Formats: sequence, C-alpha cells, structure tokens
Amino acid sequence: MSNATHTKDDVAAPAPEAQAAAPRTSVGEHLRRRVQAQALQIVLVWLVICAIFSALAPSAFLDVANFRNIAVSVAILAVLGVGTTFIIVTGGIDLSMGSILVFSGVVSSLTMERLGDGQGWGVALVGILVALGCGLGWGLVNGFFVAKAKVPPMIVTLGTFGAALGLAQVFTGGIDRRAVPDELVNTVGFGQVLGIPVLVLVAAVVVLAGIVLLRRTKFGLHTSAVGSNPEACRRVGIKVDRQLIRVYAFAGLLAGLAGILNLTFFRSTTIAGHSLTNLDVIAGVVIGGTSLFGGVGTVFGTVIGLLIPATLRNGFVILGVAPYWQQVVVGAFLIGAVYFDQVRRASATRGRPSTSLFARIFTHHRKDS
Amino acid sequence: MSTEAIYEARGIVRRFGAVQALDGADFDVRPGEVSALIGDNGAGKSTLVRILAGADAPDGGTISFQGRELTLTSPTDARDLGVETVFQDLALANHLDPIQNMYLGRELMRPGLLGRLGFMQRAEMRRRGAEAFDSLGATVRDYEGAVSGMSGGQRQAIAVARAATWADKVIFLDEPTAALGVVQTKGVLDLIRRIRDKGLGVVYISHSMPEVLEVSDRVHVMRQGRRVAVYDAKSSSVEELVGAMTGALETKEAS
Repeated sequence: MSNATHTKDDVAAPAPEAQAAAPRTSVGEHLRRRVQAQALQIVLVWLVICAIFSALAPSAFLDVANFRNIAVSVAILAVLGVGTTFIIVTGGIDLSMGSILVFSGVVSSLTMERLGDGQGWGVALVGILVALGCGLGWGLVNGFFVAKAKVPPMIVTLGTFGAALGLAQVFTGGIDRRAVPDELVNTVGFGQVLGIPVLVLVAAVVVLAGIVLLRRTKFGLHTSAVGSNPEACRRVGIKVDRQLIRVYAFAGLLAGLAGILNLTFFRSTTIAGHSLTNLDVIAGVVIGGTSLFGGVGTVFGTVIGLLIPATLRNGFVILGVAPYWQQVVVGAFLIGAVYFDQVRRASATRGRPSTSLFARIFTHHRKDS
Repeated sequence: MSTEAIYEARGIVRRFGAVQALDGADFDVRPGEVSALIGDNGAGKSTLVRILAGADAPDGGTISFQGRELTLTSPTDARDLGVETVFQDLALANHLDPIQNMYLGRELMRPGLLGRLGFMQRAEMRRRGAEAFDSLGATVRDYEGAVSGMSGGQRQAIAVARAATWADKVIFLDEPTAALGVVQTKGVLDLIRRIRDKGLGVVYISHSMPEVLEVSDRVHVMRQGRRVAVYDAKSSSVEELVGAMTGALETKEAS
C-alpha cells in the first residue's frame, strides 16, 4: 500500500482541491445508493399520495378494507412485474406478459373443464401446472429468439404478444372460459389468511423471492452483469445466451402463475382484459427505478411503482374525480422517473454526483455540497 | 531471471481478407519478466495478443505453452492455462462493484444446498477480493460502488488487478496506459512491476517508448506482421526502438 497514492484519480484534472478524495470515493457508490434512494423516493411519493387521499377522504380511503382492495388490484401485476424487472435489468423488454397470462389461463381452463367434473384439488393442481407450463413455454420462445436469433426483444415480445393472444382466441373462439375448480376460487381467488387475501400472499412470496434472487444469488448478479456489459460476461466465460433464455423463461413462468391467479380471481379467462397490462407493468418497473438501459433495478421499486397508479386510481374513485386523470398523472410519473434515471446515468458517467434535491435528501454521506 | 519461455508462438499467420495482419510472427513470454510489444499501427500487435489470448484463431503457425504445442479455441482455454488478458475496452461490468467484477464468472458459492440454489459467499469474496487488490497495491477506494462512476485510472487498475489475480502464468495488457494521465500511468506501471515480481510473465502493448524502456525487461518490435527485433530494454534507446519500428535501422533478432 506504500504506492497507494500513485493511482490517485484526478491527476489529469487541473483543480488541486481534487485531492480531497472523499467525494470521489463516494461517486461509485452513488449509482447504487441512488438506485436504492430512488426506491426510497418513490416510497415517499407513495406515502405522500396516501396522506393526501387520507386527508381528503379519511373514512373511505384510510380503511383496512380499502388498502386490501389496493393490494389485491396490484397483486397480479406485481407477479408480472417481478419477471419484467429481471428482463429490463438485462437491457431487454417484455410486451408479451399480458397475452401469456391470458393464454395460460385459457389453456388451463380448457384443460380443467375436460378433467372429470372439473372440480377438486387434483384438477386444480393439473390446471396450475398447465398454466405454469404454458407460461414457461412462451418465455422460452421469447428467450430463444432474443438470445439465439438476436431479434430485438421489443420485436420478439411484440410478436408473441400478438401470437399468444391470437392463439388464446383461436382455442376459445374469442369467448371467455369460466371453468375453475371451486376449491381454487375459494382459497386462492377469494380466500384470506389472517385477513390478508391469499392472492396478496402469493404475490408477496413471489416478490420476496424475486428480491432475494436478484440481490443475493449468482443468477441475479449475472442478470445485472449481462445487462451491464454482455461482452465482459462472455470474456469471463458466462454464457450470456443461456442467462437471457433463463431470464425470459423465468418471466414467462411468472406470467403463467399470474394466469392461474387471474383465472381464480375473476373466474374468467378475461381474454379482452389484458391488452394494456404490459404497459402498466413496464410503467411500474420504470417508475420503480429500474433502468431501461439495463444493469440496475430493484424488485422492491417495481412493487411501489405499481402501487402508485393503483392507489391513484383507488383514491380518485373515492374522491369522485374522473378516473381518467389517473392516466394523466401516471404518465407524468413515468416521464419523470425516466428523466431522473437519465440524470443519474449522466452524472455517473461524468464521474460527478449531480445535486438534485432528492439526492441531497437521500445521500447523507456526500461531502462536496 | 529464467530464460526458458513459458508461452511461445512460432510463425503465426493471420489474414483478414486481403490484409495480411500477421506474416509469420514469432513471440515468446518468459516468467518473471515484462515484455513490451511495440510497433506502428497495423504492425499486428493487437492481432497477435488476441490470438495468444484465445480470442482469435491463427491461419498458420504454432503456439506452445510450457513446451507443449496446443490450439486455443476460446478465451476460456487460455484462462484455464493461467493466461489472462486485459483488452483496451477493459471488459468491466459497469453497474457492478470492483469485487463483483473481480469474481464475475468465478463466484464463490456457498457449500451445500444454498450454493446449489445460487447463493454466494459474499463476505468471503469481499474479504479475499479486497486482499487481492491490496496485495497488488491497486488502490481501490470504493469496494461498494459501481465501477462506472470511477476514473479511468481506477478502472484500469481494477481490470489489471482482476486479471493479475486470476492469471498464474501470463498476463497480456493491451495499451493499459493509453488513456491515462501521468500519475495514473505511474500507478499502472507500478502494478505491472508487482505482477512481474509475483513471477508472472507480463506482456504489454504500448506506444510510449520512454515508458517501455522504464518498465520492461525485453522489448519486442513488430513491423508488417512480423517480429523484427527483440531488445534488452536496459541497453536500448528510444532512437533504436523507433528505428526498428519504422524499418530505418538494421534489425536484429535477439535471443
């Protein structure tokens, strides 16, 4: 360490005060800290939204049952959001998950109605496995074309978005199926454990698993690395194609799970109901601070990013505001979130922290302000 | 100093269409020695390094490692031999921190079931990684931050230290100092000396003649796809090297 000073940064920079190493030290940290800070920021934003609605409609909004409604409305989107976060962290995009959800629900429902009387746990289990299998299959298709055929993810998933929905309509003639075992509806669809809807519990388990997977495991690390610099990954022997296929397959599997959850909750395959789900989910992921350029993102952020539109919709309904306003506000959030991401990236490549108000609030360790 | 070559190339030929990038180039690396590889643009330095790193396949010639002839089909083959390469693009994953970059693709997994589920020994990697950086004197100020926020000198030091940690025989550095300031360059040169002192063969490409004379033991000069001369750095001069590079001087093939 005797030569420690030799690699000092800033030598080329003319400013002599640059020898104060501490601010530079924290620069690298900034990117990561700020991603986490952005997750914190949007938690704050969400709390502010909740506070406003609570003040305006204390009895109706600030109610356990109402929050339960919000949670249920987010649950299925959150399951999709976990997979989509992984895909966007690889630098990809997924437009197909709403259609995969519908396809999985349709095939699952068609299978279950042909099994005996269509009731009972055995049938339910087969239905679940069929839905998961369908989702996994579509995910593998996406992953194969993205990784092996090198077709841009947006085109591949736009293609499967149309194809999966189209096939679901072919199988059903476009008419929704309603075959679900009552056991499944009464437990997963509408059941509660300690006052918490099972739907929400399932989503929470998926979200927690997603957080651990992305942050703690080799799979998550390689997902970030592939989104960060695929060539670097190839050089160190990481099989980039295989990692991409796995990520798309994982997201497909979760879309299949969302398909069975959707079926049990609505008791319908809701064929026409998911044409914009992909945009809702992507908006949530991006609002949650995951960079569309790949490399960084958090599953936790995605959940909050999905909660904000759901809370707005809920609050506007309670207040009697035209719910169309929710779309306007969410649109503004989306643009704002990407703007902050750009600022963050620009400041990271400049090697200098930006001085936004949010950054000042959330990064206490900065010494250069 | 050992004179036995650990890694040797004989008569390497590589064509890209009509361009003859390498035309029977010889090269040898000795352990515990810094070999500089110099030459004008297009002399074939980078092509030669890419071939010896397993990133490109030659059209002709032989490569032998520790006296044994072999064919490299991928950079993984070279790495398995203990040969690491730092290309000019550094190949760092920008959003990951220095330790994650060091262990990328070589993660230490937990034993048993947790390891099979993909859980890593994060604390152990942090500890060993920091030790490895320290032992090379690569001053990494921030082990927790993404490398994208770090300076060129820091990033170069991280890439070189990573390669040095995993290489146990030979390390190739493609213009490691090209984009650096004076003091940062000195830091990287110090790093190169420490890697040599570990007993590795270091090969580095540079365009800076004073730097080459300062840090290397032998200087290999390439011109028009061939190695035209090898000089002992201690007894050579900038004029001699430039003369050999441009073909103005009579060249000698030293031992």
